[in-house]
Amino acid sequence: MAGPTLRQRALRFLHDRPQLKAWALLAPGLGWLLVFFVVPLLLMFGYSFMPRNVYGGVDLGFTLENYSRFFDPLYLGIVLKTTLYAIACTALCLMFGYPVAYAIARAGRWRNFMIFLVMLPFWTSFLVRMYAMMFLMRDSGLINKTLMDLGVIETGFEMLSTPFAVLAGLIFGFLPFMVLPIYASLEKLDLSLLEAAEVLGAPPASRFFRVTLPLSMPGVVAGSLLVFIPALGSFLTSDVLGGAKEILVGNLVQNQFSSARDWPFGSAASFVMMALVLVAVSVYLRVRDAGDEMAKEAKS
Amino acid sequence: MAAGSTEPPVVEFRHVNKTFGDYKACNDISFHVAKGEFFSLLGPSGCGKTTTLRLIAGFEEPDAGGGEVLINGEVVNRKRPYERQLAMVFQNYALFPHLSIERNIAFGLEMKKTPKSEIPGRVEKAMQMVRMDPGMFARRKPAQLSGGQRQRVALARALVLEPSVLLLDEPLGALDLKLRKEMQLELKHLNKQLGTTFIFVTHDQEEALTMSDRIAVMSNARIAQLGTPAEIYECPRTPFVARFIGESNFFEGKATGRTADGHGFTVEGEGGRYDIPHHPVVAEGKRVQIAVRPEWLDVLRPEDVPADENALPGKVQEIIYLGETLHVLVKVGERTVAVAVRNEGQLTRPLGFKSGDAVAVAWKPEDCQVLEED
Amino acid sequence: MMPQKLPYWLVAGVATVMLFMHAPLLVLVLFSFNDSKFSMEWKGFTGKWYERLAERQDILDGLYSSVTVGLASTLIATVLGTLMALAIARHEFRGRRMMEALLYVPIVTPEIVVGISLLIMFMAIHFPLGLGSITVAHVAFNISFVAVVVHARLQGMDRNLEEAAMILGADEITAFFRVTVPQLWPGIISGGMLAFTMSFDDYVITSFVAGTDAATLPMVIYTMVKKNIEPSINAISTVVLIATTILIFVSDRFGQEKPLKADKA
Repeated sequence: MAGPTLRQRALRFLHDRPQLKAWALLAPGLGWLLVFFVVPLLLMFGYSFMPRNVYGGVDLGFTLENYSRFFDPLYLGIVLKTTLYAIACTALCLMFGYPVAYAIARAGRWRNFMIFLVMLPFWTSFLVRMYAMMFLMRDSGLINKTLMDLGVIETGFEMLSTPFAVLAGLIFGFLPFMVLPIYASLEKLDLSLLEAAEVLGAPPASRFFRVTLPLSMPGVVAGSLLVFIPALGSFLTSDVLGGAKEILVGNLVQNQFSSARDWPFGSAASFVMMALVLVAVSVYLRVRDAGDEMAKEAKS
Repeated sequence: MAAGSTEPPVVEFRHVNKTFGDYKACNDISFHVAKGEFFSLLGPSGCGKTTTLRLIAGFEEPDAGGGEVLINGEVVNRKRPYERQLAMVFQNYALFPHLSIERNIAFGLEMKKTPKSEIPGRVEKAMQMVRMDPGMFARRKPAQLSGGQRQRVALARALVLEPSVLLLDEPLGALDLKLRKEMQLELKHLNKQLGTTFIFVTHDQEEALTMSDRIAVMSNARIAQLGTPAEIYECPRTPFVARFIGESNFFEGKATGRTADGHGFTVEGEGGRYDIPHHPVVAEGKRVQIAVRPEWLDVLRPEDVPADENALPGKVQEIIYLGETLHVLVKVGERTVAVAVRNEGQLTRPLGFKSGDAVAVAWKPEDCQVLEED
Repeated sequence: MMPQKLPYWLVAGVATVMLFMHAPLLVLVLFSFNDSKFSMEWKGFTGKWYERLAERQDILDGLYSSVTVGLASTLIATVLGTLMALAIARHEFRGRRMMEALLYVPIVTPEIVVGISLLIMFMAIHFPLGLGSITVAHVAFNISFVAVVVHARLQGMDRNLEEAAMILGADEITAFFRVTVPQLWPGIISGGMLAFTMSFDDYVITSFVAGTDAATLPMVIYTMVKKNIEPSINAISTVVLIATTILIFVSDRFGQEKPLKADKA
């Protein structure tokens, strides 16, 4: 028999070095992520501790001033407002999204069509969707027009640049993120559990609150995270629908890099935002792990 | 088969060790499998039988310095699975879902660069061998088949290569009982008819006893016993084997002296005194453990015990009606002993005793198995 | 769960939410055919806003840029993401858990932070801004999405299939292309589709790293939205909507293939 071919030898070489093989597969993607994702973040983190250069950019040095400025009521207010909007958006998405997910799970042959309906906005351009909201809500938009035609109001009232507009936009933007995970966990729900509850004499409401809801909690928790995080980091919604009046952290960051030319402060604002995201993620992990523990205990 | 003694074993393990991190999956495993043999690796889950099979297949390699795996006399420790000329049937069949049945079966032939003109004929022959109608199934996808049919396709895909060794990893596990029995016989026939060596992994002792020429019983990463089904069943070497294969009653005691003929030993144990045959591990003054199969025990009135038999006095606890046999549970000391009695018809010739009766449990000294430590 | 009669109040509530989710887009599409420049009054059907789109060089350029960037970044992100998913799903290596966690970082990082941090770095190293820098940025945020989608697919895949191929005589490379890739294809396609739509839709990150000369379609639309509302925006939005809907349909067809674990009887 002839000796091993080059290909055989190469495969043998790699087989004997599983670590090398794994890292060879990882290297290109990981390299890209490190260079174009991690390094920029680190650089930005560095910038957030440097003094501002009036022409944009930074001067060398170290300062905590960029962060301490967040104790200014103006900026503290923006952070607070952003957090509140994100919480409100999450809560309202849950309120509107749960029934939809529940209905899809029980929609029988309509199920796939309803999933498609929920998926559709999820895939369509976020900018276009924000524009669609703006188109409806602007002073001469369809809502005002209809209300005036119906004689409910005399003149168009201002809907854009109000908290209502921003919140509506956020909900419109992120509702699918809430519906889909909840649907996924409701779909897995074993119907015999509900029958068992019924046999044990639980009325419908109590079957829902004591069986269905707790068992769909993983979906609720995941959906909440998926809504909360982009809501916290949103920029486009408040930019398009909030105008100059509704400033969120995202807009603050953007301002520092466009008009205000204060990169260090913008960087610090970015990391304040990242910190909030981190808090959300760790709360999510806590709740999820606690849920896993409970599920494990319930099984044993 | 006229396999000369000079012909090397088809598969041989020489002191093979395999560890995963801290976990030892194979501990000093040695055995050899002869050409055409139906060889089973039997044991509970986690005993190392699947790792052993994967070592033969080449999915795992022995630890460095951890022994040698030989196929047809050649050390293959460092050979990749595709260099080993074997075939395998997986537990979940592992049919390629994106390929039709015929393409699944042809896969190995294509890999081995079989001439294109030969392939369709060999695929058809393989399908017929496992009794599947090529006209009906060739173009279907695996998802369109039942479990039993997939099993047959997996077998055809392996056999079409005419391998010298066929590895089977619990291939019958997912089938229902009836189909399972059918496939057991069919596999055995294929093994004899083709002369292919079968190495079969199972946790089902009955399956192993039915099909195998020889069985390696594995426990805790070691081979606990290797032998023919009769040897394994009738002479279990350790308590584990006696317990894992069939049912057994265990007695413990201390060897206190030699028997009258000077060969065996007399044992003083719970429930009484009895004789055991000669065994190298037994010595006077040492503790002894023996096993007796329920069907080799007799339950008798104390006065009916033959003089040359061991007998322990007890009380009938319960009689369980099983159909072909009756199990009489007898309380001997603290222990419950199961005795299998042939059912000669309880309506016409009922057993001569009932619960609570004082009886003796009796057996011939040579019918007990002296056990070694696990 | 089984279909069951739902209470009417629930059906009504769900219908309202669904209406809220879709009405704005429907109105948008509808008014892209309205023959009136300023009024919300319905003045009759017209296709002239669409004709006007074709005359606008900035829109055509934007479309061209978006498609170019989309295709290039999707191709790169799909290859790199798939390789990463293969490494994580099929290999044991030190730091695997960390790698899995790292994949989620780009997914949870706010877009604006991604865009600005990249801009900072591009400026620092004098990386020329334009379609190239946009593509680099899009690959950076898309690798993770592709890797997560493909990884999910790989986890649902029977590892025995590759072993079966190997014992039948296929070496690792042959087994990969003859068995793994055909199984993985739906995952790769949906990962790629996701990457393309994300790239095609992105405004926030793109707007930061685009520099002054390049403009993708969302950037053009954004400028139009900010400048003044006119029906052409409705028309171009409709075009984008229809294009993405077609994309989902296509990717959905791939995603709906039967589950791979067909072997579980």
